[in-house]
Amino acid sequence: MKNKLIPYSIILIFLIIFAVFYKSLKDTNIYTPETKINNDIPIFSAELLLSNENSNSTEIFELDKFYLLNIWASWCVPCRDEHPILMSLSKNNKLIIIGMNYKDNKKNAKSFLDELGNPYEKIILDKNGTNSIEWGAFGVPETFIIYNNKIIKKYIGPLNNELLIEIQKIIK
Amino acid sequence: MKIFKNFVIIFLLMTINNLNANENSERNQITKNLRCLICQGQSVYDSDSDFANSMKILVDKKLDEGLSEKEIYIYFKEKYGDWILYDPGLNKNTYLLWLLPILIFLFGGAIIAKSFILKK
Repeated sequence: MKNKLIPYSIILIFLIIFAVFYKSLKDTNIYTPETKINNDIPIFSAELLLSNENSNSTEIFELDKFYLLNIWASWCVPCRDEHPILMSLSKNNKLIIIGMNYKDNKKNAKSFLDELGNPYEKIILDKNGTNSIEWGAFGVPETFIIYNNKIIKKYIGPLNNELLIEIQKIIK
Repeated sequence: MKIFKNFVIIFLLMTINNLNANENSERNQITKNLRCLICQGQSVYDSDSDFANSMKILVDKKLDEGLSEKEIYIYFKEKYGDWILYDPGLNKNTYLLWLLPILIFLFGGAIIAKSFILKK
């Protein structure tokens, strides 16, 4: 009995190791942060792009309204792709679109909007990237849906037609 | 007298330099324990990506606001989850990571002890 126990336990250990490695083989090794929902929005104050005034989170986000915060930059290619989606969302009067211009040059940002249209009601400037970290973002583009000062949905990467339908359902 | 003057100047320069080093060392220690999410596998301290540079600025800002090292880790953990830390705490996702070495150690110890007792 004792002699059998050792080979069995060795086989068992190898099986467990095999299972762990086999499972990890299929896991992606690129980590994306968990989308934490129902987090309060960060408190911040920042310069606005078009008016050159300063504004803060309480002035921008009012209660009982749906907001979409989109982090973008003129140098970001996927932002260009998702821009038509933002333009069509801006026609919906239930949703207010706020932009956050990430590490960009003011002149380039303005010409980007002149070329493709401006879906944003206000654009917050994030010159050194710290503002977007306060929001829990780590790149461009990223989009947040906000209601009652809480983040109810977060999309990493460019928006597409499927997400457009999803967002329209949320704000209905 | 001249030598004394020079000595004082050198001494002052050295202390200023030391002060700067101390200020940075706290920031460096924190950023070494934060993972860069853009170039995964590198710490924020090692990385020079846009994201890591912004993180460094934010760590400085939080230190200026008077947050402790631990509070800064909690702050980033709330935003990005446990993955952002190189030294994750014990929770339901990491208990295996923390307990497995102890279990293996105990298991191995038991085998060795048993074989010694059996020999005797």
